[in-house]
Amino acid sequence: MSSTIIKDQPTGFSLAQYVTCLNGIVWREGLRFLHQRERFVSALVRPLVWLFIFAAGFRQVLGISIIPPYETYIPYEVYIAPGLMAMIQLFNGMQSSLSMVYDREMGNMRTLLVSPLPRWYLLFCKLLAGTAVSLLQVYAFLLIAWFWEIEPPPLGYLTVLPALVLSGLMLGSLGMLISSGIKQLENFAGVMNFVIFPMFFASSALYPLWRVQEGSPMLYYVCLFNPFTHAVELIRFALYGQMNWVALAVVGGCTAAFMIGAVFAYDPSRGLSRRGPAGGET
Amino acid sequence: MTATDAPIAGQIPPDSRCCDPGEVPALSIDGISHSYGARRALVDISFTVAPASFTALLGLNAAGKSTLFSLVTRLFGIQAGRIGIFGHDIGLAPGEALRLLGVVFQPRTLDLDLSVMQNLLYHAALHGIDRREARLRAGEVLARIGLADRAGSKVRDLSGGQMRRLEIARALLHRPRLLLLDEATVGLDVKARADILGHVRRLVAEQDIGVLWATHLFDEIIPSDDLVVLHQGRVLARGPVARIIADTGAHDINASFKRLTETAESGNSSP
Repeated sequence: MSSTIIKDQPTGFSLAQYVTCLNGIVWREGLRFLHQRERFVSALVRPLVWLFIFAAGFRQVLGISIIPPYETYIPYEVYIAPGLMAMIQLFNGMQSSLSMVYDREMGNMRTLLVSPLPRWYLLFCKLLAGTAVSLLQVYAFLLIAWFWEIEPPPLGYLTVLPALVLSGLMLGSLGMLISSGIKQLENFAGVMNFVIFPMFFASSALYPLWRVQEGSPMLYYVCLFNPFTHAVELIRFALYGQMNWVALAVVGGCTAAFMIGAVFAYDPSRGLSRRGPAGGET
Repeated sequence: MTATDAPIAGQIPPDSRCCDPGEVPALSIDGISHSYGARRALVDISFTVAPASFTALLGLNAAGKSTLFSLVTRLFGIQAGRIGIFGHDIGLAPGEALRLLGVVFQPRTLDLDLSVMQNLLYHAALHGIDRREARLRAGEVLARIGLADRAGSKVRDLSGGQMRRLEIARALLHRPRLLLLDEATVGLDVKARADILGHVRRLVAEQDIGVLWATHLFDEIIPSDDLVVLHQGRVLARGPVARIIADTGAHDINASFKRLTETAESGNSSP
Protein backbone atom coordinates (compact mmCIF):
# COMPACT_ATOMS: atom_id res chain seq x y z
CA MET A 1 0.00 0.00 0.00
CA SER A 2 1.46 3.33 -0.90
CA SER A 3 0.70 6.92 -0.19
CA THR A 4 -0.83 7.19 -3.67
CA ILE A 5 -3.70 4.95 -2.66
CA ILE A 6 -4.49 7.08 0.33
CA LYS A 7 -4.54 10.23 -1.77
CA ASP A 8 -7.35 8.57 -3.73
CA GLN A 9 -9.53 8.66 -0.64
CA PRO A 10 -12.29 11.27 -0.77
CA THR A 11 -11.75 14.34 1.36
CA GLY A 12 -14.39 16.25 3.28
CA PHE A 13 -18.02 15.22 3.62
CA SER A 14 -21.01 15.86 1.41
CA LEU A 15 -24.29 17.31 2.61
CA ALA A 16 -25.88 13.90 2.10
CA GLN A 17 -23.35 12.36 4.48
CA TYR A 18 -24.15 14.94 7.14
CA VAL A 19 -27.86 14.20 6.74
CA THR A 20 -27.22 10.45 6.88
CA CYS A 21 -25.33 10.94 10.12
CA LEU A 22 -28.12 13.03 11.63
CA ASN A 23 -30.75 10.49 10.60
CA GLY A 24 -28.67 7.68 12.08
CA ILE A 25 -28.27 9.38 15.45
CA VAL A 26 -31.94 10.37 15.69
CA TRP A 27 -32.99 6.88 14.60
CA ARG A 28 -30.78 5.24 17.21
CA GLU A 29 -32.02 7.55 19.98
CA GLY A 30 -35.61 6.82 18.96
CA LEU A 31 -34.99 3.07 18.99
CA ARG A 32 -33.41 3.25 22.41
CA PHE A 33 -36.37 5.23 23.68
CA LEU A 34 -38.87 2.72 22.28
CA HIS A 35 -36.93 -0.14 23.82
CA GLN A 36 -37.05 1.54 27.21
CA ARG A 37 -40.83 1.56 27.67
CA GLU A 38 -40.53 2.24 31.35
CA ARG A 39 -38.68 5.46 30.49
CA PHE A 40 -41.61 6.54 28.32
CA VAL A 41 -44.15 5.66 30.99
CA SER A 42 -42.23 7.40 33.77
CA ALA A 43 -41.74 10.46 31.56
CA LEU A 44 -45.52 10.67 31.26
CA VAL A 45 -46.45 9.68 34.79
CA ARG A 46 -44.37 12.47 36.34
CA PRO A 47 -46.26 15.44 34.81
CA LEU A 48 -49.57 13.61 35.01
CA VAL A 49 -49.16 13.17 38.74
CA TRP A 50 -48.63 16.93 39.00
CA LEU A 51 -51.62 17.57 36.81
CA PHE A 52 -54.06 15.10 38.34
CA ILE A 53 -53.06 15.32 41.97
CA PHE A 54 -51.11 18.49 42.69
CA ALA A 55 -53.15 20.77 40.48
CA ALA A 56 -56.45 19.27 41.62
CA GLY A 57 -55.50 19.84 45.23
CA PHE A 58 -54.26 23.36 44.76
CA ARG A 59 -56.80 24.73 42.32
CA GLN A 60 -58.87 26.19 45.11
CA VAL A 61 -55.89 27.73 46.86
CA LEU A 62 -54.01 29.08 43.86
CA GLY A 63 -56.45 31.11 41.82
CA ILE A 64 -55.02 32.60 38.64
CA SER A 65 -55.97 36.11 37.57
CA ILE A 66 -56.02 37.17 33.96
CA ILE A 67 -52.43 37.34 32.73
CA PRO A 68 -51.07 37.13 29.21
CA PRO A 69 -51.34 35.06 27.11
CA TYR A 70 -54.66 34.08 28.71
CA GLU A 71 -57.65 36.27 27.92
CA THR A 72 -59.86 35.10 30.74
CA TYR A 73 -59.70 33.41 34.10
CA ILE A 74 -58.27 29.92 33.80
CA PRO A 75 -58.24 26.87 36.01
CA TYR A 76 -54.95 26.12 37.70
CA GLU A 77 -54.50 22.97 35.59
CA VAL A 78 -54.47 25.07 32.47
CA TYR A 79 -51.88 27.38 33.98
CA ILE A 80 -49.39 24.66 34.92
CA ALA A 81 -49.73 22.65 31.69
CA PRO A 82 -46.93 24.60 29.87
CA GLY A 83 -44.74 24.28 32.96
CA LEU A 84 -45.30 20.54 32.93
CA MET A 85 -44.45 20.39 29.24
CA ALA A 86 -41.19 22.16 30.00
CA MET A 87 -40.67 19.83 32.95
CA ILE A 88 -40.85 16.86 30.59
CA GLN A 89 -38.14 18.47 28.50
CA LEU A 90 -36.07 19.33 31.55
CA PHE A 91 -36.10 15.75 32.77
CA ASN A 92 -35.52 14.45 29.26
CA GLY A 93 -32.55 16.77 28.77
CA MET A 94 -31.03 15.62 32.03
CA GLN A 95 -31.83 12.00 31.26
CA SER A 96 -30.06 12.36 27.93
CA SER A 97 -27.06 13.66 29.80
CA LEU A 98 -27.37 10.68 32.12
CA SER A 99 -27.26 8.44 29.08
CA MET A 100 -24.14 10.23 27.90
CA VAL A 101 -22.44 9.62 31.22
CA TYR A 102 -23.56 5.98 31.02
CA ASP A 103 -22.39 5.72 27.42
CA ARG A 104 -19.06 7.20 28.35
CA GLU A 105 -18.61 4.82 31.26
CA MET A 106 -19.72 1.83 29.23
CA GLY A 107 -17.85 2.89 26.13
CA ASN A 108 -20.75 3.48 23.72
CA MET A 109 -19.97 7.18 23.57
CA ARG A 110 -16.66 6.41 21.91
CA THR A 111 -18.47 5.05 18.89
CA LEU A 112 -19.93 8.50 18.42
CA LEU A 113 -16.81 10.47 19.19
CA VAL A 114 -14.48 8.57 16.84
CA SER A 115 -16.71 9.32 13.88
CA PRO A 116 -14.77 11.33 11.30
CA LEU A 117 -17.47 13.98 11.07
CA PRO A 118 -16.84 17.18 13.07
CA ARG A 119 -17.41 16.69 16.75
CA TRP A 120 -19.55 19.80 17.15
CA TYR A 121 -21.87 18.36 14.51
CA LEU A 122 -22.06 14.97 16.23
CA LEU A 123 -22.99 16.63 19.52
CA PHE A 124 -25.56 18.82 17.79
CA CYS A 125 -27.11 15.70 16.21
CA LYS A 126 -27.20 14.08 19.62
CA LEU A 127 -28.99 17.15 20.98
CA LEU A 128 -31.52 17.14 18.16
CA ALA A 129 -32.15 13.45 18.74
CA GLY A 130 -32.80 14.06 22.44
CA THR A 131 -35.12 16.93 21.58
CA ALA A 132 -37.05 14.75 19.12
CA VAL A 133 -37.60 12.20 21.88
CA SER A 134 -38.82 14.92 24.23
CA LEU A 135 -41.32 16.09 21.59
CA LEU A 136 -42.88 12.62 21.52
CA GLN A 137 -43.29 12.76 25.28
CA VAL A 138 -44.73 16.27 25.29
CA TYR A 139 -47.31 15.54 22.63
CA ALA A 140 -48.31 12.32 24.39
CA PHE A 141 -48.81 14.42 27.53
CA LEU A 142 -50.87 16.99 25.63
CA LEU A 143 -53.05 14.22 24.26
CA ILE A 144 -53.83 12.91 27.74
CA ALA A 145 -54.20 16.45 29.12
CA TRP A 146 -56.85 17.17 26.49
CA PHE A 147 -59.11 14.69 28.23
CA TRP A 148 -58.50 16.69 31.42
CA GLU A 149 -60.00 19.73 29.73
CA ILE A 150 -56.70 21.35 28.91
CA GLU A 151 -57.64 22.44 25.44
CA PRO A 152 -55.41 25.05 23.85
CA PRO A 153 -56.50 26.36 20.44
CA PRO A 154 -56.02 23.68 17.77
CA LEU A 155 -53.43 25.83 15.99
CA GLY A 156 -51.53 26.03 19.28
CA TYR A 157 -50.44 22.41 18.91
CA LEU A 158 -48.57 23.51 15.81
CA THR A 159 -47.31 26.92 16.93
CA VAL A 160 -45.85 25.44 20.09
CA LEU A 161 -43.61 23.08 18.10
CA PRO A 162 -40.79 25.57 17.34
CA ALA A 163 -40.84 26.71 20.97
CA LEU A 164 -40.56 23.12 22.13
CA VAL A 165 -37.66 22.48 19.75
CA LEU A 166 -35.80 25.53 21.04
CA SER A 167 -36.45 24.84 24.70
CA GLY A 168 -35.59 21.17 24.15
CA LEU A 169 -32.27 22.20 22.62
CA MET A 170 -31.56 24.58 25.48
CA LEU A 171 -32.27 22.03 28.19
CA GLY A 172 -30.51 19.26 26.27
CA SER A 173 -27.37 21.34 25.76
CA LEU A 174 -27.43 22.27 29.45
CA GLY A 175 -27.60 18.56 30.26
CA MET A 176 -24.75 17.87 27.85
CA LEU A 177 -22.66 20.59 29.43
CA ILE A 178 -23.32 19.15 32.87
CA SER A 179 -22.60 15.59 31.71
CA SER A 180 -19.15 16.64 30.51
CA GLY A 181 -18.26 17.48 34.10
CA ILE A 182 -19.70 14.36 35.70
CA LYS A 183 -17.06 11.73 36.27
CA GLN A 184 -19.28 8.89 37.42
CA LEU A 185 -22.85 7.82 36.94
CA GLU A 186 -23.51 7.95 40.69
CA ASN A 187 -22.88 11.70 40.72
CA PHE A 188 -26.01 12.21 38.68
CA ALA A 189 -28.10 12.21 41.86
CA GLY A 190 -26.46 15.56 42.57
CA VAL A 191 -27.79 16.88 39.29
CA MET A 192 -31.30 16.08 40.47
CA ASN A 193 -30.84 18.00 43.69
CA PHE A 194 -28.75 20.89 42.43
CA VAL A 195 -30.10 21.44 38.92
CA ILE A 196 -33.48 19.90 38.17
CA PHE A 197 -35.38 20.70 41.35
CA PRO A 198 -34.08 24.27 41.81
CA MET A 199 -34.69 25.05 38.14
CA PHE A 200 -38.20 23.70 38.23
CA PHE A 201 -39.37 25.16 41.51
CA ALA A 202 -37.68 28.55 41.08
CA SER A 203 -39.59 29.26 37.90
CA SER A 204 -43.00 30.26 36.65
CA ALA A 205 -43.93 26.62 36.01
CA LEU A 206 -46.14 26.28 39.09
CA TYR A 207 -46.95 29.88 40.04
CA PRO A 208 -47.13 33.15 38.13
CA LEU A 209 -44.18 35.41 38.83
CA TRP A 210 -46.35 38.19 40.30
CA ARG A 211 -47.42 35.74 42.99
CA VAL A 212 -43.81 34.82 43.67
CA GLN A 213 -42.95 38.50 43.90
CA GLU A 214 -45.64 39.02 46.50
CA GLY A 215 -44.29 36.17 48.58
CA SER A 216 -40.55 36.70 48.19
CA PRO A 217 -38.97 39.49 46.11
CA MET A 218 -35.62 37.72 46.22
CA LEU A 219 -37.07 34.48 44.85
CA TYR A 220 -38.76 36.54 42.18
CA TYR A 221 -35.39 37.71 40.89
CA VAL A 222 -34.02 34.18 41.07
CA CYS A 223 -36.96 33.05 38.95
CA LEU A 224 -36.40 35.91 36.57
CA PHE A 225 -32.79 34.89 35.97
CA ASN A 226 -33.66 31.21 35.67
CA PRO A 227 -33.60 30.25 31.96
CA PHE A 228 -36.18 27.56 32.68
CA THR A 229 -38.70 30.30 33.52
CA HIS A 230 -38.24 31.70 30.04
CA ALA A 231 -38.55 28.26 28.46
CA VAL A 232 -41.87 27.86 30.26
CA GLU A 233 -43.08 31.27 29.14
CA LEU A 234 -41.97 30.70 25.58
CA ILE A 235 -43.97 27.47 25.51
CA ARG A 236 -46.94 29.06 27.28
CA PHE A 237 -47.24 31.92 24.78
CA ALA A 238 -46.57 29.70 21.75
CA LEU A 239 -49.26 27.26 22.86
CA TYR A 240 -51.75 30.12 22.50
CA GLY A 241 -50.32 31.30 19.19
CA GLN A 242 -48.44 34.25 20.68
CA MET A 243 -44.81 35.20 20.97
CA ASN A 244 -42.95 36.22 24.11
CA TRP A 245 -39.93 37.99 22.64
CA VAL A 246 -38.00 38.28 25.87
CA ALA A 247 -38.40 34.57 26.49
CA LEU A 248 -37.34 33.84 22.93
CA ALA A 249 -34.21 35.96 23.29
CA VAL A 250 -33.24 34.40 26.62
CA VAL A 251 -33.89 30.82 25.51
CA GLY A 252 -32.11 31.40 22.20
CA GLY A 253 -29.14 33.01 23.91
CA CYS A 254 -28.89 30.32 26.57
CA THR A 255 -29.16 27.59 23.93
CA ALA A 256 -26.22 29.08 22.05
CA ALA A 257 -24.17 29.57 25.22
CA PHE A 258 -24.83 26.07 26.60
CA MET A 259 -24.17 24.49 23.23
CA ILE A 260 -20.86 26.28 22.79
CA GLY A 261 -19.94 25.28 26.33
CA ALA A 262 -20.81 21.63 25.66
CA VAL A 263 -18.80 21.52 22.43
CA PHE A 264 -15.92 23.16 24.25
CA ALA A 265 -16.18 20.67 27.13
CA TYR A 266 -16.22 17.68 24.78
CA ASP A 267 -13.24 18.98 22.85
CA PRO A 268 -10.55 16.31 23.24
CA SER A 269 -7.86 18.87 23.92
CA ARG A 270 -9.80 20.30 26.85
CA GLY A 271 -12.40 18.32 28.73
CA LEU A 272 -12.20 14.58 28.33
CA SER A 273 -8.49 13.87 28.57
CA ARG A 274 -8.20 15.15 32.10
CA ARG A 275 -10.07 12.16 33.45
CA GLY A 276 -7.95 9.32 32.13
CA PRO A 277 -9.21 6.08 30.63
CA ALA A 278 -12.31 4.39 31.95
CA GLY A 279 -11.98 2.01 34.87
CA GLY A 280 -10.05 -1.11 34.07
CA GLU A 281 -8.30 0.36 31.08
CA THR A 282 -4.67 1.20 31.07
CA MET B 1 12.15 -1.65 12.30
CA THR B 2 14.96 -2.57 14.60
CA ALA B 3 15.00 -3.52 18.22
CA THR B 4 16.60 -0.97 20.40
CA ASP B 5 19.65 -1.48 22.50
CA ALA B 6 18.54 1.17 24.92
CA PRO B 7 16.17 0.13 27.69
CA ILE B 8 14.69 3.58 28.24
CA ALA B 9 12.22 4.83 25.70
CA GLY B 10 13.15 8.48 25.78
CA GLN B 11 16.50 7.60 24.26
CA ILE B 12 15.03 5.86 21.23
CA PRO B 13 15.27 7.92 18.07
CA PRO B 14 12.14 8.17 15.92
CA ASP B 15 11.78 5.10 13.75
CA SER B 16 11.79 5.89 10.06
CA ARG B 17 12.39 2.45 8.64
CA CYS B 18 8.98 0.89 8.85
CA CYS B 19 8.03 1.29 5.23
CA ASP B 20 9.31 1.05 1.71
CA PRO B 21 10.71 4.23 0.18
CA GLY B 22 7.88 6.56 -0.78
CA GLU B 23 5.40 4.68 1.35
CA VAL B 24 3.51 6.48 4.08
CA PRO B 25 3.22 4.62 7.41
CA ALA B 26 -0.27 3.47 8.35
CA LEU B 27 0.36 4.92 11.79
CA SER B 28 3.18 7.13 12.94
CA ILE B 29 3.57 8.01 16.61
CA ASP B 30 6.18 10.68 17.06
CA GLY B 31 7.36 11.93 20.45
CA ILE B 32 4.01 11.46 22.21
CA SER B 33 3.86 12.26 25.92
CA HIS B 34 0.73 12.43 28.05
CA SER B 35 0.02 13.15 31.71
CA TYR B 36 -3.02 12.99 33.97
CA GLY B 37 -2.21 15.86 36.28
CA ALA B 38 1.13 15.02 37.82
CA ARG B 39 1.04 11.37 36.72
CA ARG B 40 2.89 10.72 33.49
CA ALA B 41 1.10 8.04 31.49
CA LEU B 42 3.23 8.18 28.34
CA VAL B 43 6.75 9.48 27.94
CA ASP B 44 8.13 10.40 24.52
CA ILE B 45 6.61 7.48 22.61
CA SER B 46 7.70 6.98 19.01
CA PHE B 47 7.03 4.10 16.64
CA THR B 48 5.35 3.37 13.34
CA VAL B 49 3.03 0.73 11.94
CA ALA B 50 3.55 -0.22 8.31
CA PRO B 51 0.60 -0.64 5.94
CA ALA B 52 -0.58 -4.26 5.61
CA SER B 53 1.37 -5.36 8.67
CA PHE B 54 0.54 -6.80 12.07
CA THR B 55 2.15 -4.90 14.92
CA ALA B 56 1.67 -6.06 18.49
CA LEU B 57 1.74 -3.49 21.26
CA LEU B 58 2.81 -5.51 24.27
CA GLY B 59 2.49 -4.15 27.77
CA LEU B 60 1.27 -5.03 31.23
CA ASN B 61 -1.69 -3.34 32.86
CA ALA B 62 -1.05 0.39 33.36
CA ALA B 63 1.60 0.40 30.64
CA GLY B 64 -0.27 3.18 28.82
CA LYS B 65 -1.82 1.20 25.97
CA SER B 66 -5.36 2.54 26.40
CA THR B 67 -4.11 6.09 26.83
CA LEU B 68 -2.22 5.74 23.57
CA PHE B 69 -5.34 4.42 21.86
CA SER B 70 -7.36 7.33 23.21
CA LEU B 71 -4.84 9.72 21.72
CA VAL B 72 -4.75 7.99 18.34
CA THR B 73 -8.56 8.01 18.17
CA ARG B 74 -8.71 11.66 19.29
CA LEU B 75 -10.72 10.91 22.40
CA PHE B 76 -7.93 12.75 24.19
CA GLY B 77 -6.12 15.79 22.92
CA ILE B 78 -2.42 15.52 22.21
CA GLN B 79 -0.29 17.27 24.83
CA ALA B 80 3.08 16.71 23.18
CA GLY B 81 4.18 15.02 19.96
CA ARG B 82 2.39 14.15 16.77
CA ILE B 83 0.25 11.28 15.48
CA GLY B 84 -0.28 10.59 11.80
CA ILE B 85 -2.59 8.12 10.10
CA PHE B 86 -1.44 7.55 6.54
CA GLY B 87 0.15 10.96 6.70
CA HIS B 88 -2.91 12.78 8.05
CA ASP B 89 -2.17 14.54 11.32
CA ILE B 90 -4.88 13.53 13.82
CA GLY B 91 -4.76 16.98 15.42
CA LEU B 92 -4.86 19.00 12.21
CA ALA B 93 -6.99 16.82 9.94
CA PRO B 94 -9.00 14.57 12.27
CA GLY B 95 -11.73 13.83 9.73
CA GLU B 96 -9.32 12.56 7.09
CA ALA B 97 -7.37 10.57 9.66
CA LEU B 98 -10.37 9.00 11.42
CA ARG B 99 -12.07 7.87 8.22
CA LEU B 100 -9.02 5.66 7.56
CA LEU B 101 -9.15 4.20 11.03
CA GLY B 102 -11.16 1.34 12.53
CA VAL B 103 -11.10 0.80 16.30
CA VAL B 104 -12.03 -1.95 18.71
CA PHE B 105 -11.81 -0.57 22.24
CA GLN B 106 -11.07 -2.57 25.34
CA PRO B 107 -14.55 -2.09 26.87
CA ARG B 108 -17.49 -3.23 24.79
CA THR B 109 -18.95 -0.35 22.83
CA LEU B 110 -21.95 -2.12 21.31
CA ASP B 111 -25.49 -1.09 22.10
CA LEU B 112 -26.84 -4.16 23.84
CA ASP B 113 -30.49 -3.27 23.33
CA LEU B 114 -30.17 -2.89 19.57
CA SER B 115 -29.88 -5.74 17.11
CA VAL B 116 -26.69 -6.77 15.37
CA MET B 117 -27.82 -5.11 12.14
CA GLN B 118 -28.97 -1.95 13.93
CA ASN B 119 -25.57 -1.56 15.56
CA LEU B 120 -23.89 -1.83 12.19
CA LEU B 121 -26.29 0.62 10.54
CA TYR B 122 -25.72 3.12 13.32
CA HIS B 123 -21.97 2.91 12.86
CA ALA B 124 -22.37 3.29 9.10
CA ALA B 125 -24.49 6.41 9.61
CA LEU B 126 -21.79 7.93 11.80
CA HIS B 127 -19.47 7.60 8.81
CA GLY B 128 -22.01 9.10 6.42
CA ILE B 129 -22.70 5.81 4.62
CA ASP B 130 -26.25 5.78 3.27
CA ARG B 131 -28.71 3.14 4.40
CA ARG B 132 -28.73 1.04 1.23
CA GLU B 133 -24.96 0.85 0.97
CA ALA B 134 -24.74 0.24 4.71
CA ARG B 135 -27.06 -2.76 4.48
CA LEU B 136 -24.96 -4.23 1.67
CA ARG B 137 -21.75 -3.78 3.59
CA ALA B 138 -23.28 -5.06 6.81
CA GLY B 139 -24.44 -8.21 5.03
CA GLU B 140 -20.93 -8.73 3.70
CA VAL B 141 -19.12 -8.28 7.00
CA LEU B 142 -21.65 -10.40 8.90
CA ALA B 143 -21.21 -13.23 6.39
CA ARG B 144 -17.44 -12.93 6.77
CA ILE B 145 -17.56 -13.28 10.55
CA GLY B 146 -20.20 -16.02 10.50
CA LEU B 147 -22.99 -13.97 12.04
CA ALA B 148 -25.21 -13.55 8.99
CA ASP B 149 -27.95 -15.58 10.63
CA ARG B 150 -27.84 -13.40 13.75
CA ALA B 151 -28.44 -10.06 12.00
CA GLY B 152 -31.79 -9.62 13.73
CA SER B 153 -30.65 -10.84 17.15
CA LYS B 154 -30.20 -8.44 20.01
CA VAL B 155 -26.54 -7.95 20.80
CA ARG B 156 -27.35 -8.82 24.40
CA ASP B 157 -28.03 -12.39 23.26
CA LEU B 158 -24.62 -12.91 21.66
CA SER B 159 -21.69 -14.66 23.33
CA GLY B 160 -18.59 -12.69 24.32
CA GLY B 161 -16.68 -14.00 21.32
CA GLN B 162 -19.51 -13.14 18.95
CA MET B 163 -19.67 -9.62 20.35
CA ARG B 164 -15.98 -9.13 19.76
CA ARG B 165 -16.28 -10.44 16.21
CA LEU B 166 -19.17 -8.07 15.69
CA GLU B 167 -17.09 -5.16 16.99
CA ILE B 168 -14.33 -6.05 14.55
CA ALA B 169 -16.87 -6.30 11.73
CA ARG B 170 -18.27 -2.94 12.72
CA ALA B 171 -14.81 -1.39 12.77
CA LEU B 172 -14.32 -2.61 9.19
CA LEU B 173 -17.67 -1.39 7.88
CA HIS B 174 -16.35 1.93 6.60
CA ARG B 175 -13.36 0.14 4.99
CA PRO B 176 -10.52 1.57 7.05
CA ARG B 177 -6.86 1.00 6.15
CA LEU B 178 -5.69 0.81 9.74
CA LEU B 179 -7.29 -1.22 12.52
CA LEU B 180 -6.57 -0.67 16.21
CA LEU B 181 -7.57 -3.36 18.68
CA ASP B 182 -7.14 -2.76 22.39
CA GLU B 183 -7.02 -6.02 24.37
CA ALA B 184 -9.63 -7.44 22.02
CA THR B 185 -9.48 -10.97 23.45
CA VAL B 186 -9.75 -10.13 27.13
CA GLY B 187 -12.31 -12.31 28.90
CA LEU B 188 -12.70 -14.77 26.04
CA ASP B 189 -12.05 -18.50 26.07
CA VAL B 190 -9.11 -20.04 24.24
CA LYS B 191 -11.04 -20.96 21.12
CA ALA B 192 -12.71 -17.56 20.80
CA ARG B 193 -9.34 -15.87 21.27
CA ALA B 194 -7.75 -17.99 18.55
CA ASP B 195 -10.68 -17.34 16.19
CA ILE B 196 -10.48 -13.59 16.62
CA LEU B 197 -6.72 -13.44 16.32
CA GLY B 198 -6.83 -15.63 13.21
CA HIS B 199 -9.52 -13.43 11.71
CA VAL B 200 -7.49 -10.26 12.27
CA ARG B 201 -4.34 -11.84 10.82
CA ARG B 202 -6.32 -12.80 7.72
CA LEU B 203 -7.41 -9.17 7.36
CA VAL B 204 -3.77 -8.18 7.12
CA ALA B 205 -3.01 -10.85 4.55
CA GLU B 206 -6.14 -10.60 2.44
CA GLN B 207 -7.20 -6.97 2.71
CA ASP B 208 -3.87 -5.20 3.24
CA ILE B 209 -5.06 -3.64 6.46
CA GLY B 210 -2.46 -2.41 8.92
CA VAL B 211 -3.16 -3.66 12.44
CA LEU B 212 -2.01 -2.43 15.83
CA TRP B 213 -2.91 -5.14 18.34
CA ALA B 214 -2.55 -4.14 21.98
CA THR B 215 -2.19 -7.07 24.32
CA HIS B 216 -0.59 -8.30 27.52
CA LEU B 217 -0.70 -11.94 26.39
CA PHE B 218 2.58 -13.29 25.04
CA ASP B 219 0.99 -16.22 23.24
CA GLU B 220 -0.81 -13.85 20.88
CA ILE B 221 2.50 -12.77 19.37
CA ILE B 222 4.35 -14.77 16.71
CA PRO B 223 7.96 -14.34 15.54
CA SER B 224 7.01 -12.73 12.21
CA ASP B 225 5.09 -9.91 13.90
CA ASP B 226 6.39 -6.44 14.48
CA LEU B 227 6.43 -5.64 18.15
CA VAL B 228 6.39 -2.56 20.35
CA VAL B 229 7.11 -3.18 24.02
CA LEU B 230 5.47 -0.56 26.23
CA HIS B 231 6.21 -0.45 29.93
CA GLN B 232 5.30 2.22 32.46
CA GLY B 233 4.55 4.65 29.68
CA ARG B 234 7.81 4.15 27.79
CA VAL B 235 8.76 2.17 24.70
CA LEU B 236 11.42 -0.33 25.68
CA ALA B 237 11.85 -2.00 22.31
CA ARG B 238 10.39 -2.08 18.86
CA GLY B 239 11.02 -4.15 15.76
CA PRO B 240 10.45 -7.68 14.49
CA VAL B 241 9.82 -10.08 17.33
CA ALA B 242 12.66 -12.40 16.34
CA ARG B 243 15.15 -9.56 16.38
CA ILE B 244 14.02 -8.27 19.78
CA ILE B 245 14.41 -11.77 21.19
CA ALA B 246 17.87 -12.05 19.68
CA ASP B 247 18.96 -8.60 20.84
CA THR B 248 17.95 -9.29 24.41
CA GLY B 249 19.69 -12.68 24.39
CA ALA B 250 16.48 -14.43 25.41
CA HIS B 251 14.98 -17.64 24.07
CA ASP B 252 11.40 -16.45 23.73
CA ILE B 253 9.32 -13.27 23.89
CA ASN B 254 8.31 -13.94 27.48
CA ALA B 255 11.91 -14.00 28.67
CA SER B 256 12.79 -11.11 26.41
CA PHE B 257 10.01 -8.97 27.88
CA LYS B 258 11.12 -9.86 31.39
CA ARG B 259 14.68 -8.78 30.68
CA LEU B 260 13.62 -5.53 29.09
CA THR B 261 11.32 -4.57 31.94
CA GLU B 262 13.80 -5.57 34.64
CA THR B 263 16.50 -3.52 32.98
CA ALA B 264 14.17 -0.55 32.70
CA GLU B 265 13.05 -0.79 36.30
CA SER B 266 16.58 -1.16 37.62
CA GLY B 267 17.57 1.86 35.51
CA ASN B 268 14.67 3.86 36.94
CA SER B 269 15.40 2.91 40.53
CA SER B 270 19.18 3.48 40.41
CA PRO B 271 20.30 6.80 41.89
